[in-house]
Amino acid sequence: MEVAKVEDVTRVYAIGKVETHALRGVNLTIESGEFTALVGPSGSGKTTLLQLLGCLDRPTSGRVFISGKDVSQLNRDQRADMRRGTIGFIFQFFALIPTLTAYENIEMPLLLNGHSAGERLARITELLEAVGLGDRGASRPDQLSGGQQQRVAIARALASKPSLILADEPTANLDTPNGQQVMETMTRLNKDTGVTFVFATHDPRVIHYARRVVTLRDGLVAEDKVVAAKA
Amino acid sequence: MIQMLKLALRNLGRNRRRSFFSALAMGVALALLLMMASILQGEYGDAIDLAIRLQSGHLQLRSASYDEVKTSLKWEDLIEDPDQVAAQVASIGPVTVATPRLYASGFVTTRDESDGVRVVGIDPLSAANEPYREGMREGEFLTPDDRDGLLLGWSLANRLGLSAGDQVNLSVNTSDGDVDEQSFTVRGIYSTGTSGFDGFTVFLPLAKAQAFTRAENRASTIFILLNDTSQTEAVIAALQVPGYELVTWQEMNELIVQTEDLSSSYMVFFYLIVLGIAATVIVNTQIMSVYERTREIGILTAVGMRARQVMAIFLAESGLLAVGGIVLGLLIGGAVVAYFTRFGLPLNVENFGITGMLFRDKIYALLTVEDTVRLTLMTFIVTLLAGLYPAVLASRMEPVTALRAEK
Repeated sequence: MEVAKVEDVTRVYAIGKVETHALRGVNLTIESGEFTALVGPSGSGKTTLLQLLGCLDRPTSGRVFISGKDVSQLNRDQRADMRRGTIGFIFQFFALIPTLTAYENIEMPLLLNGHSAGERLARITELLEAVGLGDRGASRPDQLSGGQQQRVAIARALASKPSLILADEPTANLDTPNGQQVMETMTRLNKDTGVTFVFATHDPRVIHYARRVVTLRDGLVAEDKVVAAKA
Repeated sequence: MIQMLKLALRNLGRNRRRSFFSALAMGVALALLLMMASILQGEYGDAIDLAIRLQSGHLQLRSASYDEVKTSLKWEDLIEDPDQVAAQVASIGPVTVATPRLYASGFVTTRDESDGVRVVGIDPLSAANEPYREGMREGEFLTPDDRDGLLLGWSLANRLGLSAGDQVNLSVNTSDGDVDEQSFTVRGIYSTGTSGFDGFTVFLPLAKAQAFTRAENRASTIFILLNDTSQTEAVIAALQVPGYELVTWQEMNELIVQTEDLSSSYMVFFYLIVLGIAATVIVNTQIMSVYERTREIGILTAVGMRARQVMAIFLAESGLLAVGGIVLGLLIGGAVVAYFTRFGLPLNVENFGITGMLFRDKIYALLTVEDTVRLTLMTFIVTLLAGLYPAVLASRMEPVTALRAEK
């Protein structure tokens, strides 16, 4: 089943009189359950494509579909609603709210979706166990290591049971053991829950976790291949 | 909602010192407003009360042709057989005191100095004289049959260097248009704590004043006190004496009433200016907070928070700052007001002469529940309004732009 699709998408950033073409006509379809890596050099358009897939931004031209719905022209609140119900994010920086505990960070999307206290407790406990942080729910981000913070971010991304999780350079700020742990957690959750992962990376240590690798170059898809993922 | 307040509270807790000083700015502003309102209330409330008790009464019955400004002593301008009229007035329910008074202009002269005074003939036994009787500083109060004694106010006695027992000459205008002069003994010196009154009011027993001014058995007014100010209109309706008119305390103290109304109007602008200045601190704090937390705003919107929810977080922070400011303001303001309520604010009345207005030498603060609630609400609303611009700024951030911000 098709989770996300982009059709001839371009994205042009205008800074003053200078225009930067981040994407020049990308076509891509993401199927349910995929574990896909977007790779390519810096400036190739990986992050821009993730932002369009994640309804954080709108394309200059072309169309973006999420779960079959055209999201290209949605307004800000409609895109927020779409993100809240359908999409989870993991960012390169450990994007947690510093004043909230791990538990409360994971709770945020559940609160926004109107889950009851009981449902939230059950879901967060399950997720903290799933990312191996069952005993760290009360810890603030500054009391967690970078790897632990990123695993909390993964749990938060999964909280609302989205159909698509987008990760932008999820291991870029982690050392090798922590990076591996994060990737293994994502791989396991993909297999266990069937949720679709699309992650951008240029870290050669993690590309081999992907079962599909889409290479972007100069704002275009240069290569799209299915690979044998690491066992 | 509770989660939002919790988040807002923790956000304020990140920089406790900054949050405290922002709340303190609003607190100091509120304290200042409470102090100003209580001083104003104390000043004008007291001024009206003083004017009624010392000078005007709640009502005065006068001849329709009596001219207060000229202190007329012509027989046709005076009330004939005033004791009888006063007894008639006193029989009406809400009237607690009705007593004749005779007013004349005069001069007190000592060997070295002289000063213009207002001579008031009073019935020394009347309860209306309690404020003067209670304020006796030296000597004795007048008696009805005292033929050569007078009472001087404390500040007038000081100015003329007089003490109880001293001799003075008193000149007055008379009913037939002449001026008469007699020697009197300063029987006593009173103080009402109101230099504007004490500095130029001399009391004589009514019988002596009538004889001295040749008014015979006449008085300028019947001075009337009621058991409740709100009964004024009811007494007017019940009391109609042909040839005479009733003048209310509002009419006799029109200047005080109008000045109070005017002051209340312009004080609202003053309040808004003070709050406006304090509100800039809130605006500044919250704008700094928006820029410091730009990336967090991006995260919150990325997980699905709508613009109005982002706005609500920042407004909740402003609301909490307002609550903190109000608590501080009530504490600081309460302490300052309590001090001025107890010890008063000294007022240099000698240099504060406004004809027709009486002020005590000290203003005692009077903070009403109405003023406290009104100013507290005003502070809360202004703080929320101050937080509106930063909240809108935060809510309008594009998620992509916000997420790119430096931490």
